[in-house]
Amino acid sequence: MGILLDEAPYILEKMPGGGIIITSADWLINWSRANSLWPLTFGLACCAFEMISTNMSKYDLDRFGVFPRPTPRQADLIFVAGTLTKKIAPKLKKLYDQMGEPKYVISMGSCSNTGGPFYDSYSVVKGVDKVIPVDVYVAGCPPRPENLIEGILKLQEKIKKDTIKNNDRAQIFK
Amino acid sequence: MNVSYGLENIWLWFTALLEKLFGWFGLPYIFAYTIEKIIFAAALLAFISISVLFLIWMERKVSAHIQSRLGPMHVGGWHGWAQTIADMVKLLFKEDIIPAKADKWVHRIAPIVVFVPSLMAFLVIPFEKNLIGQDLNVGILLIFAFSSLAVLAIIMGGWASNNKYTLIGGIRSAAQMVSYEIPLVLSVLSVVMMVGSLKLNDIVEAQSRVWFVFSQPLAFMLYIIAGTAEVNRTPFDLPEAESEIVSGYNTEYSGLKYGFFMLSEFTNMLIVSLVAATVFMGGWLGPKWLPLPGIIWLLLKTYLIVFVLMWVRWTFPRLRVDRLMDFGWKILIPLAFINIFITGLFMVIFK
Repeated sequence: MGILLDEAPYILEKMPGGGIIITSADWLINWSRANSLWPLTFGLACCAFEMISTNMSKYDLDRFGVFPRPTPRQADLIFVAGTLTKKIAPKLKKLYDQMGEPKYVISMGSCSNTGGPFYDSYSVVKGVDKVIPVDVYVAGCPPRPENLIEGILKLQEKIKKDTIKNNDRAQIFK
Repeated sequence: MNVSYGLENIWLWFTALLEKLFGWFGLPYIFAYTIEKIIFAAALLAFISISVLFLIWMERKVSAHIQSRLGPMHVGGWHGWAQTIADMVKLLFKEDIIPAKADKWVHRIAPIVVFVPSLMAFLVIPFEKNLIGQDLNVGILLIFAFSSLAVLAIIMGGWASNNKYTLIGGIRSAAQMVSYEIPLVLSVLSVVMMVGSLKLNDIVEAQSRVWFVFSQPLAFMLYIIAGTAEVNRTPFDLPEAESEIVSGYNTEYSGLKYGFFMLSEFTNMLIVSLVAATVFMGGWLGPKWLPLPGIIWLLLKTYLIVFVLMWVRWTFPRLRVDRLMDFGWKILIPLAFINIFITGLFMVIFK
């Protein structure tokens, strides 16, 4: 995000009245990020159908501004919907790496949370958080669309608590 | 057809005032002229931005209601009116990725190059008789000349991203836009034959008795079909077909650069609709018994055509590549030539 978001908060913090600018910028940026989560169209197993159903007419995720994008470059959010096998895990990591900052992950269903019913299997990754960082875990096997919507609302709450002062790249700069 | 209650009166009064003011200070006319044109361009840019913000929201609402959904409902309160603003602010603060092996400069300038031609086409569109950037003799030709430049930017974006999907998208777009340029121009040519002028104000004034959509229905149909293909919208959105090539030519673009591609796409749609409203539906002319400013009539007609384009987009599936080419070359172009021939025949017979 360049100089603007990396350095500006630390310069503003020392200036008189800079805190007001930081909180106003925080409000605007968090409001826009929370209300415009574009997920990647990415489904692994049966949970993907619940995700599709959540996007369709009856539950309509578009009400919250959630609008699927086909390419990881334009996506902010990735639903890991289903069983993550060891074979597909590198692809998931690659797609996650291709997404632009800021990026969020919702782990959907028991399989991607912990391995779920396939915990003993030789081929299943025991939880997607072993591969990529997860923001919200949605329980269920598979979760109902209402559960997924609640997960998205939780993620929005989480984004709204964020501030431009503590993003990872800013920490490196400091 | 001297409309005396339009927005153009305010504009003419303002420009006269500005010129008089500059005259008092003894400055040459060119200064006043330059400032007038800068103010007009700024107003035009504001109009385009606000229109595009509204059009994206409208597209999402129309698509949602066609699919029996609700569309954006929560952002900003009333029916999610602030949805596009949130999207744009988010794109502004999103990471700007340039792929490691991309052609960096071409990759950077492609989103700018794609927006400039669509902006230039607004130069000659008459919002009212005197509310116009520059009333050129070759107005309609200039619009088509500039709108065909957009393909260059799409190929640039597709090539520079160094990705097979973007390249396929760019090449598809080139083939499609070059093919559909021909019926687009030929359909307007029959109208130009009847008017005898390429000036857009002359074309509008020739429709004071009957609109060309009634006297040239085939040309209007051809124009709408070819125009839909020209702005890469479904059923002709092969350059960005999600099910085949990830997101087409803009696969590797993130953040504000993608925002610019989206902006130019909707601006192009606005231009196609504005030209259709001007050439076929009487432009700024309205019924005599209802004295409203001409710009309101023009925008009403434009948004009607925009709505039809959205309706078509969310109703029809996507064409296959070879059928797209067949349809363009074997059906649309012969029909356009037949239309020109019939128009010429009628002009000779009923002279």
